[in-house]
Amino acid sequence: MSEGIDQPDQAEKLTGGSTDLFSKFDDTIAMRANLLASGVEDPFSLVMEKVLSPTRAICNGRDTILLGTYNYMGMTFDPDVVEAGKQALDDFGSGTTGSRVLNGTYQGHKECEDALREFYDMDHAMVFSTGYQANLGIISTIAGKGDYVVLDIDSHASIWDGCAMGNAEVVPFKHNDIEAMEKRLKRIPEGAGKLVVLEGVYSMLGDVAPLAEMVRIAKENGAMVLVDEAHSMGFIGENGRGVCEEAGIIDDCDFIIGTFSKSVGTVGGFCVSNHPKFEILRLMCRPYVFTASLPPSVVATAATSIRKLMHGSNKRAHLWENSKRLHSGLTEMGFTLGTDEPQSAIVAVIMPDLEKGAAMWSALLQEGLYVNLARPPATPANMTLLRCSLCAEHSAEEVETILQMFQNAGKAVGII
Amino acid sequence: MDRAEIDTRIRSIIEPFNKKGVDIADATTFAGDLEFDSLTVMDFVAAIEDEFDIIISMNQQAEIETYGNLVDAVAKMVEA
Repeated sequence: MSEGIDQPDQAEKLTGGSTDLFSKFDDTIAMRANLLASGVEDPFSLVMEKVLSPTRAICNGRDTILLGTYNYMGMTFDPDVVEAGKQALDDFGSGTTGSRVLNGTYQGHKECEDALREFYDMDHAMVFSTGYQANLGIISTIAGKGDYVVLDIDSHASIWDGCAMGNAEVVPFKHNDIEAMEKRLKRIPEGAGKLVVLEGVYSMLGDVAPLAEMVRIAKENGAMVLVDEAHSMGFIGENGRGVCEEAGIIDDCDFIIGTFSKSVGTVGGFCVSNHPKFEILRLMCRPYVFTASLPPSVVATAATSIRKLMHGSNKRAHLWENSKRLHSGLTEMGFTLGTDEPQSAIVAVIMPDLEKGAAMWSALLQEGLYVNLARPPATPANMTLLRCSLCAEHSAEEVETILQMFQNAGKAVGII
Repeated sequence: MDRAEIDTRIRSIIEPFNKKGVDIADATTFAGDLEFDSLTVMDFVAAIEDEFDIIISMNQQAEIETYGNLVDAVAKMVEA
């Protein structure tokens, strides 16, 4: 949700009474103009001039602690990861200039998929150019016209877009509501193909899905199950495989979708599966076929990072400590949080409205802290959220500094 | 179940969602007249689905703009 917009919005005058295709954006243009008129720094065009580490950067000229980058395991500056990328640049060049199914599969892409298969202990792995494309491609390809996709109403945009692209019947249910999901599954006409799509961690509030019950019910009702573990990979579960591992139902998940742009620390997306016919997707899946593959340096950094994450239990423990401390500290100060208990590395602070939220975001930036401002329509129940994502590389002292910054900004804006 | 009975049952379900007390006719629109946002739509659709034990997929919802459209759609599904 941090789309950078550099140009000021200007009304376009058209002649001849024709319809301006941009008129549908007028509400958003007005909202943005109002927000900036209140004097806050633009939350959607922040520039990081220099990145010092996984947890610090120079943002709009200020030394800033990063608390909104989903860089959960802090792998972006890992020396082995960076070295692997440099080596791949030297050995294989800057890009593949081709599709995975034509000239775009290098040794590094195979090694990256090998690392994923080992990480998840699954038979098949398919790497996409982004996490968005992984959901878009897998969902749209396996759930076609006449099939039913049953999904949580708070699902990520990439999941909704995959449903729309595949033309399946889309049946949403209330967030994390087991009974609502079951009722809908049972009403699907007999013989129709069924796919249940769930997320391990929902990124807006940082809450976890009751996967043990949901996956069991989905299987009992003859559905295939796809779980998006974008926000839990590397962190949740004994081996960092995600909420499905923690819940003990990973073997019942037909497809796990993930991304390289969070814990892995680069860019790309993937799907792992034990389905015996999985490999055919490489030919059937349009967002896989009709785009260039990831550059060699990216797959080399991803493979190295994934292999290091297999042995990341100490970092996982420290990340939990950070999440618990931030959650309890903010609760004590009187902030309203997305969950009563810390459930993931995301701590969402609920703002009273967009104006206060933007003011708080701006005040935190002045203090030297970057968090994610999330606003409708990306948020559930039209909430404005300050989403904090912790990193295993945040020191305990840094978390205390962060809490002090929240205290100062919250008082200045009048939220606490 | 005939159309009149379905109409009566949907009218009683819609009541708590009709915050502004709009007079409901077949031509009443959900987005325009009743000002339903996406969350209200989800809760309202869930209530209708539970009442009649049916599924109204989002694809089908896209075709339902007015109250009359909804009654017709439910009547067709209940019949099937």
